[in-house]
Amino acid sequence: MSEQTRISLEFDVEGDNFVSAGKASEAVKGNLKMLGLPPTIIRRAAIVMYEGEINMVIHAKGGKAYVDITDKDISITLKDEGPGIENIELAMQEGYSTAPDAIRALGFGAGMGLPNMKKYSDNMEIESEVGKGTTVRMKINIQPDSEGQQQ
Amino acid sequence: MKLAELAKVLEAEIVVEGNPEKEITGGYAGDFLSFVMSRAPEGCVWFTVMSNVNVAAVAYMADVGAIVLCDGIKPEPPLTERCVKENINLLTTELDTYGAACRLALYENQL
Repeated sequence: MSEQTRISLEFDVEGDNFVSAGKASEAVKGNLKMLGLPPTIIRRAAIVMYEGEINMVIHAKGGKAYVDITDKDISITLKDEGPGIENIELAMQEGYSTAPDAIRALGFGAGMGLPNMKKYSDNMEIESEVGKGTTVRMKINIQPDSEGQQQ
Repeated sequence: MKLAELAKVLEAEIVVEGNPEKEITGGYAGDFLSFVMSRAPEGCVWFTVMSNVNVAAVAYMADVGAIVLCDGIKPEPPLTERCVKENINLLTTELDTYGAACRLALYENQL
């Protein structure tokens, strides 16, 4: 991609719908593939986006996803007007989940969503206010030899 | 190995021949979707008993090589449909998760 290349994508994520869940992430992955980015970068972006999208479906009755792709990085912003996160430090701990049993029966709610988003992104920031909503910003750097935090 | 060889080793039925030429290496067993995305290596066999449509989404995001439903679990129709759409290999086996994983590991001489 040239220096000026910039792609901006925007998605509405529907809450409580586990059939359509992942649509936005799927579209983003498709776009990244078309741009010919390294598979490890695409995989990391897809995973963090999907985890974030699922969180909005489960906890926030949906929200908005904004994805900006430049030659340098992929920026993903997930914005919801859900219940907010009371204790971010606690929510970041592996295994901590507030997902109800019905959600866990689908295979979600392992308490690994936020940790995965941190693990696979190069930078992650969470802003949250109880009763107002949550905004998560993640960045993945694009470098030719970048393995990042990929395992 | 390729899909056909994997099916033979696991005595599995191929439900969706999504990508028969994809090289499949290693495995991961688990049912919590986020654990799979955290730990499953790219191109691996994913052994699970979860059969809902979200399994396909996770396999797609994490570049899983093949989904193997164990214990004779059959895929829910939306899972099959999504695997067809995304060219994801989907199999079912009567073996349980432990048995299937051991079978593959023995075959690959990893035990």
